[in-house]
Amino acid sequence: MTERVAARRHAGVVRVTHWLIALAFVALLVTGVEILLSHPRFYWGEAGNVNMRPLFTLPVPSSRDTVPTGYKYVLPDQNGWSRYLHFEAAWVVVLCGLVYGVWGFLSGHFRRELFSGAQGGRLRFREVVGKSLRWEPVEDEGAYNVAQRWSYVGVIFGLIPLMIWTGLAMSPSFTAAAPWSVELLGGRQSARTIHFFATWVLVLFVMAHVAMVVHAGLRKKMRGMITGGAAVAEGPLRIEEQV
Amino acid sequence: MNPVTRRKFMTGGLVAAGGVAGLAVADRLAKRYGLLPPDSGELYGAGATLTYAAQRLLTTHSLAREFAKSQISEKPFANAVAPGNVEFKQHEAAGFADWKLTVEGMVARPTVFSMSDLKAMPVKSQVTEIACEEGWSYVAEWMGTPLAGVLNEVGVLPEARYMVYWSMDKNWWDSVDMGDALHPQTLLAMGMNDGALPVPFGGPLRLRVSRQLGYKSVKYITRLTFTDTMRGVGGPPGKMPEYSYSWFAGI
Repeated sequence: MTERVAARRHAGVVRVTHWLIALAFVALLVTGVEILLSHPRFYWGEAGNVNMRPLFTLPVPSSRDTVPTGYKYVLPDQNGWSRYLHFEAAWVVVLCGLVYGVWGFLSGHFRRELFSGAQGGRLRFREVVGKSLRWEPVEDEGAYNVAQRWSYVGVIFGLIPLMIWTGLAMSPSFTAAAPWSVELLGGRQSARTIHFFATWVLVLFVMAHVAMVVHAGLRKKMRGMITGGAAVAEGPLRIEEQV
Repeated sequence: MNPVTRRKFMTGGLVAAGGVAGLAVADRLAKRYGLLPPDSGELYGAGATLTYAAQRLLTTHSLAREFAKSQISEKPFANAVAPGNVEFKQHEAAGFADWKLTVEGMVARPTVFSMSDLKAMPVKSQVTEIACEEGWSYVAEWMGTPLAGVLNEVGVLPEARYMVYWSMDKNWWDSVDMGDALHPQTLLAMGMNDGALPVPFGGPLRLRVSRQLGYKSVKYITRLTFTDTMRGVGGPPGKMPEYSYSWFAGI
């Protein structure tokens, strides 16, 4: 029992970086929407402006009177603090991601908890998703079930790096130093459009993630991610040496 | 109390102490090597400083992407911001023949340049993209004289750290560090796409800062001031008060 309890604990690095990134995500989303409102049009390729044909236009009002939206009013310009906070929060994600990433490789966290298909449990992907959709309990061995492993790997190694990459590909100074970063994406406006769609995928992930936490027991899971101890009740079973 | 927490407490304490010491060292180094932007002490100063310091450490000598002429946007866009004052209208009526650029502050030889002086200087043309912080952009060919040549003539003093540039529009000005002022792609632009620089795009004279967002490329330039501090320039933080955008726009 003691072994199991220990295996289910989230390490301090995971807990701290998880919550900092969660906070930064909220800030990035709110400010991202705010920045987007100054030009709710998207293009493909290198350049794009109101004189050029958009790929698509969002049916929302704008904070600039130069953008034709069909609305008769213009929203207040909030780009000053929005842009400041957007990049500050992005730094939080980058720095936490570096700490978590280096620790994850060195400690074997990625190998053990994310890439270990063999010891990761007996349920198949379809079974986990099916049970979750029917709101049935998903009991499985290992730290994460197969659906969790797939989505966490996708977000940690795919989506978040893609967000950072497409964000940097919009930076005129960064692309000056690394032109390939924007050329590989097909241009500055393509980078912006991919950044927008990747945001939606991340939002969907967070919604599913929160729903699963609620499903698995909000109190228990929140305690696990905040204090790290998933099994306060089993306290007496723990035997730990004096240091 | 669980004994394990004591070990954790001590480790945590050491990490925290190391972190504080590290920050103190970083702050000293940042001050010494000019890695602190003028807005480093503001609400979002931490993020602004990280961005500016990282760019200055890693991308100082990089050149903005240049494009082929075939990639020039057929339909550029410009915010309609031509100054409404009488002075500008008179200049426009006179074909900007008497437009002047005053260079002052920390320079050995304060000078007033006429448009013909500037046109007589070496001409450079470059096809670069200008991107607005709002999200839109266009690619254009910019023609003008590299600012570095002008700065060479006036002899900028070594203690100068910033260049403040002023538009004829009284409420419009901005500033860059000497790295961007002396950058080979920083132009005093007078032409665009094989013609004179049109008024909506900043004619007769626009500072083109190629590695930063559009708001740093101020239109209708009349004056350059060199200084070693942004304190007290225009407003307390050394920024245009009505925007409060981040000072460094290379993001």
